[in-house]
Parts: sequence; structure tokens; C-alpha cells
Amino acid sequence: MESIVIIGNGVAGVTAARHIRKNSNKRITIISAESDHFFSRTALMYVYMGHMKFEHLKPYEDWFWKKNRIELIRGFVRKVDDNNKELFFEDDRVIKYDKLILATGSKPNKFGWPGQDLKGVQGLYSKQDLDLLEMNAPNKKVCRRAVIVGGGLIGIELAEMLRSRDIPVTFLVREKSFWDVVLPDGDSGMINEHILEHHIDLRLETNLVEILADDYGRAKAIVTDKGETIECQMVGLTPGVSPNISFLKDSGIELGKGIKVNRFLETNIKDIYAIGDCAEQLEPIGNRRPIEAVWYTGRMMGETVARTICETRTEYKPGHWFNSAKFLDIEYQTYGWVFNNNGKKDYEEHFHWRHASEKICLTIAFHKETRKFLGINTFGIRMRHEIFDEWLNKGRGVNHVIKYLKDANFDPEFYTKYENEIAAKFNADFDTDIEPEKKSWKRIFAIG
Amino acid sequence: MSTPDKSMALTGQPPADLSTFQKIAVILGLSGLFILLLASFNIDFPNKGTWLSISLMAIFSGVFWFAKEAYSKKLKGIKNDGVWFKSISAKGLWAWLTGISLTGFYIVLYFYPEFLGLAKDGSNTGVIALFDPLSRLLSGNPASQWFVYGSLYTVAILAFGIKFIWKYRHNRYEIIRTISVMFFQTAFAFIIPEIMARLNGKLPYYDLKNIWPLNYYNFEKYRINAFIDSGDIGLTMLIFGIVSIFVITPILTYKYGKRWYCSWVCGCGGLAETAGDPFRQLSDKSLSAWKVERWVVHSVVVFVTLMTTAVIYSYLGNDSSKYWLTKDAFLIGVALLLSLIFALVMLFKRAQFQKDALYGAIGYFVIIMTLIGFHYYSGDGNVFLFKSETLRKSYGFLIGSIFSGVIGTGFYPIFGNRVWCRFGCPMAAILGFQQRLFSRFRITTNGGQCISCGNCSTYCEMGIDVRAYAQKGQNIVRSSCVGCGICSAVCPRGVLKLENGPLKGRIGSNEVLLGNDVDLMTLVNQK
Repeated sequence: MESIVIIGNGVAGVTAARHIRKNSNKRITIISAESDHFFSRTALMYVYMGHMKFEHLKPYEDWFWKKNRIELIRGFVRKVDDNNKELFFEDDRVIKYDKLILATGSKPNKFGWPGQDLKGVQGLYSKQDLDLLEMNAPNKKVCRRAVIVGGGLIGIELAEMLRSRDIPVTFLVREKSFWDVVLPDGDSGMINEHILEHHIDLRLETNLVEILADDYGRAKAIVTDKGETIECQMVGLTPGVSPNISFLKDSGIELGKGIKVNRFLETNIKDIYAIGDCAEQLEPIGNRRPIEAVWYTGRMMGETVARTICETRTEYKPGHWFNSAKFLDIEYQTYGWVFNNNGKKDYEEHFHWRHASEKICLTIAFHKETRKFLGINTFGIRMRHEIFDEWLNKGRGVNHVIKYLKDANFDPEFYTKYENEIAAKFNADFDTDIEPEKKSWKRIFAIG
Repeated sequence: MSTPDKSMALTGQPPADLSTFQKIAVILGLSGLFILLLASFNIDFPNKGTWLSISLMAIFSGVFWFAKEAYSKKLKGIKNDGVWFKSISAKGLWAWLTGISLTGFYIVLYFYPEFLGLAKDGSNTGVIALFDPLSRLLSGNPASQWFVYGSLYTVAILAFGIKFIWKYRHNRYEIIRTISVMFFQTAFAFIIPEIMARLNGKLPYYDLKNIWPLNYYNFEKYRINAFIDSGDIGLTMLIFGIVSIFVITPILTYKYGKRWYCSWVCGCGGLAETAGDPFRQLSDKSLSAWKVERWVVHSVVVFVTLMTTAVIYSYLGNDSSKYWLTKDAFLIGVALLLSLIFALVMLFKRAQFQKDALYGAIGYFVIIMTLIGFHYYSGDGNVFLFKSETLRKSYGFLIGSIFSGVIGTGFYPIFGNRVWCRFGCPMAAILGFQQRLFSRFRITTNGGQCISCGNCSTYCEMGIDVRAYAQKGQNIVRSSCVGCGICSAVCPRGVLKLENGPLKGRIGSNEVLLGNDVDLMTLVNQK
């Protein structure tokens, strides 16, 4: 019986394992140094905030693995010997594999700041990071102020977490506006306001210079490039993540920033695959980056590699880009491509609408000449994934999107709807005369 | 290897320390309860109307003020910070104390009302006497233990309803739904029956929104006689009682799912959604709990059907020339109706059953038919194998009192707020049966957006593992779902939406989720 070994029990590795089990009788082993069982990494924040206990983060009950004959090993692989197809653990255990899937995820970035390894300085990625945070910032008496460095998705989550325990937070963001490496200015500006509403001390265009230590080697303050020293007991470093691949340095596997894979998710060595955060595409796919540290792409790669292993060699072909996040109280969804003001393609035109008083807005990107719909960012309005996927598939024009936007609305029943207001703004901005159509179940179900 | 769960460390500070105002609010609310407690220890308050008003107002405004302090100063949004750190909402000491006190209250209420001051003859004493003025005002009669209970129940739904609305003030579905349960409790369960009693003393107490089989005693002899004796109005109410289960309920459940009743109208649901809201995360989500749930709740349906059939049978006559509905005609009618439902379901919906559910359905059907047949051929005497009176009494004791009250509500802080609705309520089971098989309602999963975080499952009061469906891209069509809408509210990625749509495409399942290669999706999913 062929033995498939997967290193990493995150969503990529576990999805691969589940799909391999569904379609084959192969022996499956998952190795993790982080936790006994698969859990939702994106939900770690809710444990610190008291919304859930760690056990609630596990999508499958503990009996699931045995029942589905998926063996779990807790341990850290220090070396891959691809000649003999063996894995060496830190505690000198050795196991053999026939096919190896690397799904080792990421680790938080550190950019060589003085003091970045002091006690009280940490990133937020793993379960161990969460445990560490519980030590570094259990409450506002122990942690009288926290400084977060890096204005991305993890940074704002960490800020929300700390605020839930009433800990004062200073948030250093390198850019001129929150996450504006991704978001257009209108969207990003609204999030800035919301961050301030939550009494987070937001410092835009501010960089970390160094972290100062007290006599016990603990962080006691940080110094910014504005010359300011901010006293703090905890420093959260959240300037992104990079692939967790240092254990592969001496293997023959080709590495770049991540593990280099072709479109079939194969590495340069036969029978070794890489999926999820740690995989780096040799050639970027469409507008996508070569490394995508996103839940959904990890899952999709897992689905694809399982098919390759069980049946047919299958190319990784992610469909239309989509993503979501929550910034404090504001939900964000995106479908297709909307670039920020700097990265905007020269053919890309934006339509932005924002509610007069509520923190609700959206930005729609479309082609200047052809008026083809390119993508949408929505904040505070939920949208139907299927509908946008369909519109992108069919190459619908932006007028179509505005006209049938009610079909795409996914807000709970009785919520105030804004499609008419949005259409009116669009008509005014672009001198059109679009009448929004009523929501139609018939159209919604015509899909798929 | 097990790592200690540091999030539960004693050093972890619950985020919601009570503010000074909240402490005062707690004292205010408790002082209202204290007055009731003193009254039950037979402190004879002068001016009972005033003291009762003071007491109820204190309870109401204590809750109101506490909620205002908790939510009004915060931005609107999900307010679950620290739920698992607080003793009361995480099965800590306070939870146990509250659970034990509530359970004690229910035991006294159901089995020892004399401790509350109920007098068989003569005038009431104790806490029941304290409620006499209010009762006289409404119905003209002195209070009973049920009047006391009904008043407190209504105050709880109103006060905690306001708290709930504050907590979910960003969510109009929750606001409107809560106003609905507050209205139905106050008007239909509390005021209208009392006023009807004042207008027509012969009418039995009838909470019109309380439908058989929840209202399992509705067709007992004394009530039927009372309905008939009260003339047209009584007859109308009797007909309404029959129509509401056989006509109104199926239509509304088809259109909106069982939520129209369970989380918009029902009083048990009303209390669970308001006063019980802080305990919704305690429901058991394990697969084994689901298995227990299905057997227990459907057994209760079988029990109540047999019991009601037996009770009605026992008082019907044999002579068809006197009245068309004789014992035999009734029994045959019940058998025909059940066979019809069973046949229709097996004919059109068999494919939607899981294997064990199919066996269960067949099993129950055979049991009922055997009992009816057995009785029919074995002549008169007892109904089925039991005395109808015994059946009625045991149902009233086991299900009506112990299950719905003592366990169902008393154990809110331990088992969660919908234990009764989930494991015990026959009404919920019947509505759920229809919801599963023949209704436009579903919770739609939004393509591939689920991140398996678990908020939906954790906060599902019915113990549905919502995430298990959402992460497969599958819609949630479950008989137990009461449509409270909280899974959709707590979802951080906008994945879930309660909606009523066409039956076609209602369930659907994808092995490969939306977002991946279109060819791969069709290829794998069609297989």
C-alpha cells in the first residue's frame, strides 16, 4: 500500500488528506509539530478574545482521524532524505514515505530590528504564539501598553484581540493608510477611521527603529523613525509571513522564498509536492502572486494535489480570485481584482460608493474602454460568491453588475439595502441611466 | 502531548469587569427578586400592589440598566468578548448556582405550589398573594402559581429581550424577531387569556399561540366540554386549535421554515432567545449528541400522539347515530392520517432520509400501527395496552413538567438554552420533520468563503455543527434549526444566510468548493 506522508496539519495538508482518503485506500500520515489535531488558524484570535475555546477551533471531532484511517504524528521533521525517501525527526525517529506532501505553512517575518528577539516580542501565527500572547499580555495590569508593528490583516486582528481585554494599543503602519498596499484609498481610509473609533492609537507612515530592553531582557519600549519612544510591555511583530521551509535547506528540493513548484504542485524532486503557504509557483498564475498565504488557496491546492495523487495528474488552476476578512466590526469580501491606487492597471477604472453615516462602502473595478467588470471590494455588505463568480466567468460589463446587484446581495433578511443608492451614485459618476432590477430567484438559481 | 489551555489561565482577565453602574444594576435587580423571596417566606407585605410593582420594576430596570451599560457605549457588532472566561456563561460556579436555584424553583412550582402560598380554599399567602392584585386587575380572580410564573416569565422575556436587542442592534433580523417574541408573550400568553377569562368565565385558559402537541392537554375532555359550553366563541377556539396544527402550521412552515414558530412566536423559544441567550454556546455539538437528540425527540412525538389519541378515544362514544365521531371512527381516522403522511413521505422524499432516519421512521410507523391494530382487534377496555389516564399523567409529569421546565429551563446555564426545544419538544420535532423535507427555508452557504473558524457551530443553540456543512459548501437544511439567525450574525466572513427560496437546489453539496478550477469542480462534483 502506497504511503502518503503530509508534513503540516493546516488546511492545505488536511484537505489533501481528506480528499486522498475519499478517493483511495492509500496509507495517510500527517505530521505536525504544532498541535495534535487540525484547527482553524484564522480563528486563533477568538480564543484569546473568549469567543471560543481552543476545542471549538477543531473542525473535526477527535475520532474523525482514526475513523478515516488518517494517522497523526506529533513531531518536528528536521531533515528530508529524498534519496531514501525518509524523514528524520528532531527526536531521531525516522519514517519512510512513498509520496511526500509539504504543507508546512508560514512563519512570521522579522526584518532584523534591534531587539526583535527580546522577551515580550512576538508574532501571531501559531498556537504557540497564542500561548505566548497569553503570557505576554494576559491583562491590562501586566501589559499596560502593546505596540503592533505592521499594518496588515494579522496586525489588525492582534489589535482587536488586545483591545478586547482593554489593553491600550499603539499600531505602527509603514504605509500612508491602513493596508493600502492592497486596498484602494477610499476603502482603506474608512478602515483608518474605524481603527480610531476603537481607540487604537494608529500611527501611519511610522516605522520601527528598535526595541529597547529592560534589565531582565524584556521589551520595555520601542523607538520609531519619528524619533519617538513609546513605553510598552509587549511588541507584536506582524509585517507579514513567509514560507516555513528552513528545515529543507540541505535537502535537494529547490527553494526560493518558498518551495518551488510547477503548475502540478510538484517540486523538482519526484514524489515530493508542496501546497499551501509554503509553495511558490515557478510562474505566477494570472494576477496572483507566486506565494499566496491564504486559507482558500491552501484548501484549493489540497483538493488539486489529492487528485494528482489518486487519479490523474492535475494542474492547479485556481478560479477567480476571492478573499474575505474582518476589520474589527467591518466585514470585507472581495471577488475578482481591485487594485490599490498605486498598483492600478492603466485600463482599470474605479467606482467607489460610501454610505453617508454608516461604515459601509464598496469599490468596483472595471475596464475603462470595454467597461468589462473586473472586481469588487465590499465592506459591511455581504455578497454572493456564486453570482460574482458567474459574472466574472461570463465577462459581464459593469452596467450589468450595477443593474443586477440585488441578486448578489447576501446580507441577512430585513437589512437595509443600498443597491438603489449605489446605482444612483454610479449613474451620476459615469453619466449612465441604469435602473436596478429586483432580486430574482430564477436568475440566482440559473447558475451552476 | 497536551499543552495546557492557557486561555483559561487565572491570570487572564475577563474583559468585561462589571462597571460601577452595572454593580448597582445587579443590586437593583436582585432587590426586586429579594422582595419576592421575602414574600415567599410569608412576610406579609402591606399594600401588595405597590410592593409587587416595586419588585417587578426593580427586576426589569436592573436588567435594562445592566444591558445599557454593557452595550450602549460600545460600537455595534458582535459582543462575545469573554463569554468563555465568565463564570456564568462558561459553566463556572455562578452557572451551577443559577442552575440549581432555577431547578429548585421549578420543582416547587410544579410539585409544591403550596410553598409559594397557594391556598386550596381561602385566600392565598406568600408570594402568590403578592400577585393577587395584578391578577384581579386582569382576570378578576386571585392569582395562582401559574399566574406568578406567567408574570415573571413575561417580565424576563421583556427585560432580557431589550438586552438582546441592544446586543444585536446592528442586526435587523434579530431586532424584529425579538420584538415579535416579546409581543406574542405579552399579548397572547399573558394578557389575552386573562382578559378572556374575565369576559367569559367558562372558557378554558387558552394561549392561542400554544399549539398541539406543545399544548398536549388541548383536546382533553374537560377542555372540549368547556369549549363547547362557551358557545360560538368556544367552538371557534376549538376549531382554531385544530386548524392551527393541521392547516396554519404546515403552510407557514412550508413558506418560512419552523422558525416562524420556534424563534418568532413560541414562548419557550422566546425565553430561550432572550433570558437564555448568554447560554447558547453551551449546547453539545458532538455527533453522539445528535444521535441521542433524534431518538429522544421523535420518541416524544410518538408518545404524545399515542397519548392524545388515547385521551380523545377514551371519552368518545360508541353509537354513531348520536354523534358521527365514534371511538372506532376516530381510531380509523388517526390510522388513515398517519398512513397517508407516511406513504407520501416514503413516496416522494425517501431519498432525503439517511439510513438510520429511514429505519426510525419505519420503526415508529410500525409501532403505532401495531398498537392501533392490536387495540382494534382486541376489543374495548384499555386504550392500546395502557389506561389513557396513566398515559396522560405520565406524559404530563415526564414531558410537561420534568423535561420542559425542570431540565429545559432550570439547566439553561449547564446544558444551554434550547435543551427542551432540541431534545424534548414534540411541536419542534413535527415542524422540523416538515422543515427537513418540505419547506422553502434553508441556510445558504456562500460559495467557498468559509474559513472553518467555528463561531457558527459554537453559538448554535440547537447544537448543529453548522461549520461541518459550511466548510463543505453545503446548505444547512436541518430539522432542528429554529432559524434564530445567530450563526449568520457571528460569521466573520459573511458565509451564512437564512432565506426562503425555491425547493430546487435547496440542499446541494460540493466535493470541490467554489473558487477552484472550474473543470476540476465539475469533474469531481459530478462523479
